[in-house]
Amino acid sequence: MNILTSSVLAAAAESTKVGNPWVNIGIFGLFVGITLIVVLKASKNNKTAADYYAGGRSFTGTQNGTAIAGDYLSAASFLGIVGAIAINGYDGFLYSIGFLVAWLVALLLVAELLRNTGKFTMADVLSFRLRQRPVRIAAAISTLAVCVFYLLAQMAGAGALVSLLLGIDGKLGQSLVIVVVGALMIMYVLIGGMKGTTWVQIIKACLLIAGAFVMTIMVLAQFGFNFSALLGAAVESAGTPDILNPGMQYGKSETSKIDFISLALALVLGTAGLPHVLMRFYTVPTAKEARKSVVWAIWLIGGFYLFTLVLGYGAGALIGADKIKAAPGGVNSAAPLLAFELGGPLLLGLISAVAFATILAVVAGLTITAAASFAHDVYASVIAKGKSTPEKEMKVARRTVIVIGIFAIVGGIGAQGQNVAFLVALAFAVAASANLPTILYSLFWKKFTTQGAVWSMVGGLASAIILIVFSPVMSGLPTSMIVGADFSIFPLSNPGIVSIPLAFFLGWLGSVLDKNTEDPIKSAEMEVRSLTGIGAEKAVDH
Amino acid sequence: MSTTPESDIGSGIDFQHEQDSAEFTELRKTHRSFVFPMAVIFLLWYFAYVLLADYAHEFMSIKVWGNFNMGLLLGLLQFVSTFGITAAYVSYSNRKIDPKATAIRTRLEAQEGE
Repeated sequence: MNILTSSVLAAAAESTKVGNPWVNIGIFGLFVGITLIVVLKASKNNKTAADYYAGGRSFTGTQNGTAIAGDYLSAASFLGIVGAIAINGYDGFLYSIGFLVAWLVALLLVAELLRNTGKFTMADVLSFRLRQRPVRIAAAISTLAVCVFYLLAQMAGAGALVSLLLGIDGKLGQSLVIVVVGALMIMYVLIGGMKGTTWVQIIKACLLIAGAFVMTIMVLAQFGFNFSALLGAAVESAGTPDILNPGMQYGKSETSKIDFISLALALVLGTAGLPHVLMRFYTVPTAKEARKSVVWAIWLIGGFYLFTLVLGYGAGALIGADKIKAAPGGVNSAAPLLAFELGGPLLLGLISAVAFATILAVVAGLTITAAASFAHDVYASVIAKGKSTPEKEMKVARRTVIVIGIFAIVGGIGAQGQNVAFLVALAFAVAASANLPTILYSLFWKKFTTQGAVWSMVGGLASAIILIVFSPVMSGLPTSMIVGADFSIFPLSNPGIVSIPLAFFLGWLGSVLDKNTEDPIKSAEMEVRSLTGIGAEKAVDH
Repeated sequence: MSTTPESDIGSGIDFQHEQDSAEFTELRKTHRSFVFPMAVIFLLWYFAYVLLADYAHEFMSIKVWGNFNMGLLLGLLQFVSTFGITAAYVSYSNRKIDPKATAIRTRLEAQEGE
């Protein structure tokens, strides 16, 4: 942002000071109160590790599907996509499509087979027929890396949101809010474990989708339920018909066009490699319920993205891109501003509280995933060499929750003002590069070996992060993280187009060059288990 | 250390023998003959759409109905195809995959119980 826009921003902040912070805080407090009661109730039966990490595998497909939608529809997708459509028009819509189509990878290739072969974490599946230690360590590192990027994005988003919603502008005030969010989240996860976290996700998903639905109807009603008229008004407000056509954001140059392909690749392949999404498949009793979860999630997420299309163009038409950009919170403020325009302070309060709850719930889901991965994969399997007891493992998991919570608070304060979408896209690119190739190889390719897995995971993770460091998002542009420096040798802001094929290649190369062969009995066991669900299906009786 | 959920069912099963059995080969074929072609189809269709949105701006700007253009139409068709493939997969699994998987699982678990 340059000086011109920041002075406009200051002027507009006066005129767009919307809503009543106390209404927002009150509604948010109500959400926290209700979810805390639910979490406390849910926590009464948290006895075993399966209870703590996987909610006792007691959730139905519908419940878990709703929770998946809750986990997936983060504040970045709600606020970010509505804002992106309002300002960049069609190019914002392209995000939604990538985020949705990606679920087919999870549905067809991953969800059920993963449910049948794993126990608590992604590494359970990856290390099933390979050597435990190296594969678990690599999988735990990439799990933690993806969770950390996602976590920082959510915490940074929380700070930005607060400035608009609660009228807290100063850095100190925002930091205080991040501390409160972090502390609440630690409490949810410590007390409630996966069961409590899942209920928070379910409640939040219902609120978010219902809120978006109501707003969609209100927007359409303003245009006599004529979608074409809404588009016309958006064009008029934007002053250019380009808002309906692709290319406003990514059509600028040949580089930005390739960047867009890179982003599309990362989005479509990233979802099925996100550890916090994968872990949700263990909360249901059978593969069939895992399938139902994904189907239900696809309907909810698809429906939600259709709402955001209407909301995005609605915000463009009713509020206008300039006013949105000038509001505190910038692009992210499109949805809250639209809520105020449609329903006054009360609707703004509701939508704000929902957006805030969204951040809280997603952060809780990420934290429990990271904690499970550390306690189960690093501590129990590698440090204690499988000699740990479940009680000890859970103790480690709880301590990890606190450490990650504190890290998220400190990191969130440090990441204030950073580009939220960039951090989320990075998490997707890392997941698609580091996790997905190994998941697919170990489920479908008999000759895959430990060396292939380690090369693919480490190579995918390292290349994705190194390319990001040397990309324009880090340096070289006025919008970069480090302003003033320029070491951007890599021209694209998303590394996917290089790091994803590289990770697939390394997985293949490492396997064919591996002199060790893997245990054919384990390999046979994994395949038979993955397709038939033997053993896994009985878990429901315990 | 058992890596499978909770139970230790399966410790007495000869998985290699089972993997080579005609019944299991049939199950694998049923599963892969649906999911692999479908995965290829939806990925090709998705990237065709991405490339059109990226390089064929004029085509995507053609008006179809009112202000509704080709880009929005194809974008919404991505939603429709995602919902359609999901429904097709559920129906295929229920009819073809699940009965075969259940038969093998029940037999193996009974065998184990003996």
